[in-house]
Amino acid sequence: MTATVPLSAYLILSAALFVIGVAGVLIRRNVLVIFMAIELMLNAVNLTFVAFARFLRSMDGQIIVLFVMAVAAAEVAVGLAIIIALYRNKESANVDEINLLKG
Amino acid sequence: MPEGAFFVIMVTKIVVVFGLMLLSVSYLTWLERKVIGDIQVRLGPMRVGPHGLLQPIADAIKLLFKEEIVPQAADRTLYLLAPAIALVPAFISFAVIPFGDQVRFFGQTIDLVITDVNIGLLYVFGVASLGVYGIVLGGWASNNKYALLGGLRSSAQMISYELSLGLSVIGVVMLSQSLSLVEIVGAQTRMWFILLQPVGFLIFLICAVAEVNRAPFDLPEAETELVAGFHVEYSSMKFAMYFMAEYANMITVSAMTTTLFLGGWRGPWLPPVVWFLIKLYLLIFLFIWLRGTLPRFRYDQLMRFGWKVLLPVALANIVVTAVFVALR
Amino acid sequence: MEWLMFVPLAAMALITATLVIVLRNPVYCALSLVGTFFALSGIYLLLQAQFIAVIQVIVYAGAIMVLFLFVVMLLDLGHERPLWLQRDRPRLLIGVGAVVLLLLELVIPVGSWTARVPQGSSTSELMGGVGNTQLVGRLLFTEFLVPFEITSVILLIAIIGAMVLARR
Repeated sequence: MTATVPLSAYLILSAALFVIGVAGVLIRRNVLVIFMAIELMLNAVNLTFVAFARFLRSMDGQIIVLFVMAVAAAEVAVGLAIIIALYRNKESANVDEINLLKG
Repeated sequence: MPEGAFFVIMVTKIVVVFGLMLLSVSYLTWLERKVIGDIQVRLGPMRVGPHGLLQPIADAIKLLFKEEIVPQAADRTLYLLAPAIALVPAFISFAVIPFGDQVRFFGQTIDLVITDVNIGLLYVFGVASLGVYGIVLGGWASNNKYALLGGLRSSAQMISYELSLGLSVIGVVMLSQSLSLVEIVGAQTRMWFILLQPVGFLIFLICAVAEVNRAPFDLPEAETELVAGFHVEYSSMKFAMYFMAEYANMITVSAMTTTLFLGGWRGPWLPPVVWFLIKLYLLIFLFIWLRGTLPRFRYDQLMRFGWKVLLPVALANIVVTAVFVALR
Repeated sequence: MEWLMFVPLAAMALITATLVIVLRNPVYCALSLVGTFFALSGIYLLLQAQFIAVIQVIVYAGAIMVLFLFVVMLLDLGHERPLWLQRDRPRLLIGVGAVVLLLLELVIPVGSWTARVPQGSSTSELMGGVGNTQLVGRLLFTEFLVPFEITSVILLIAIIGAMVLARR
């Protein structure tokens, strides 16, 4: 089976998804949605890895994706715990109101 | 095999399996009421048809003509979508489960499995893990505190027990060296895996009961404390869809247990498909029997049992199996 | 044939991803993100990474997003004010501008990339022969054994961290 879809198509899709994630982090104020946007960015990077793994005929990219997923799972567990702790203190999930470190 | 014949065979298989499953689902409701009735020394449905055999049809007609009620404060889109989300995974996970050997038919060799993928086991787990969305979203969209509690309970329960469920089959995968369900059945030619993996089988069975939210793990819909849990607001056909999802899930996990531990369609004398159905229905009977016998767990008992008993035992089972495989 | 699969999947990924950052209700955002993950899983199948595709569904759609939904429902977050009503529009404009610049910077090099790079040995024939899962497993437990073990440590730390944070 020959690859008719070129690598660049996958890379552009990945870039677009990553940028959407960045936009989400920049324009949303809800901490959970920002967190979802970060997951989106991680997935965009995963797509790049898998695409390169396919076109460079190397499995290494897929292995890295597995590691990224494991780290993402760890990050979500800790991140959501932090969000719940924050919500308990502040009764809010708006990042603008979470500014205790601001002097 | 020509393209056209392949297509026709595929569609036939899908239609037959889907049709049989729908039929089984509707008659499981009858079977359950009869068996529970027997256990509780009463008759169960008797009025519609001989021994109530037409009861499922009457129920279906009744449910179809009931009024659809959508609570005013509900999130309409998700409220309507959730039962469908619950139903679809229950049906499509059957696509990779082999229910018989190859048969010759009109000069074509046909595998009695809809499609054999080399990651079939993972596919089933992936699809099964989506079933929780239907319940959680239904609970949330109803905008009812009992429904929400039921939904939250179910997501916690399913995440907890999915872990042990996944770990309990790793022993089987190690012994059969494959994730394809067809090859797992093939590896049980000489000995069923229930004999080599009795602990794995027990854990799988317990977790399977918990995954399909059946008694004694039916906390998401505990009548006595949550009214009816996540589907308290549902009526008419959408209620029926939740019910169908529950029974379809029951069939799927029974088929999985059969495939993974009871040798799939293998058995002497009788044709393979018949053996598959016998094992399947014995397991379903066991599910109903459990419901008739055991009281419901308390929520903290459920969590403690899942995390502090099942998970360590499943891990120990993996280690023991690994040592056994390495020494062989 | 491949385009026929790629274009709808890519469109679905982009649309659902946009919905994630545009919709106001966090529950809908989470569901859109699940849609994105499914589209990506389909694209992984196109790229002959069956194992990654299924793991994507199990880990992201089956576990991570359920956790997200769990927290959203637990906290019962209200709706955000829509973007165009937020008080500091300059910040919004700067954000969108920066994002467009970033997109250009990421996409422009893609077209001009022509260098020949060494090709690995995992051809599609090999994958068809032994299967994707076996290849991943073999590499994971030989070449990548140390990172693999470190990952388990990370997960352990995450478990403890989540416990400590949630206990209070």
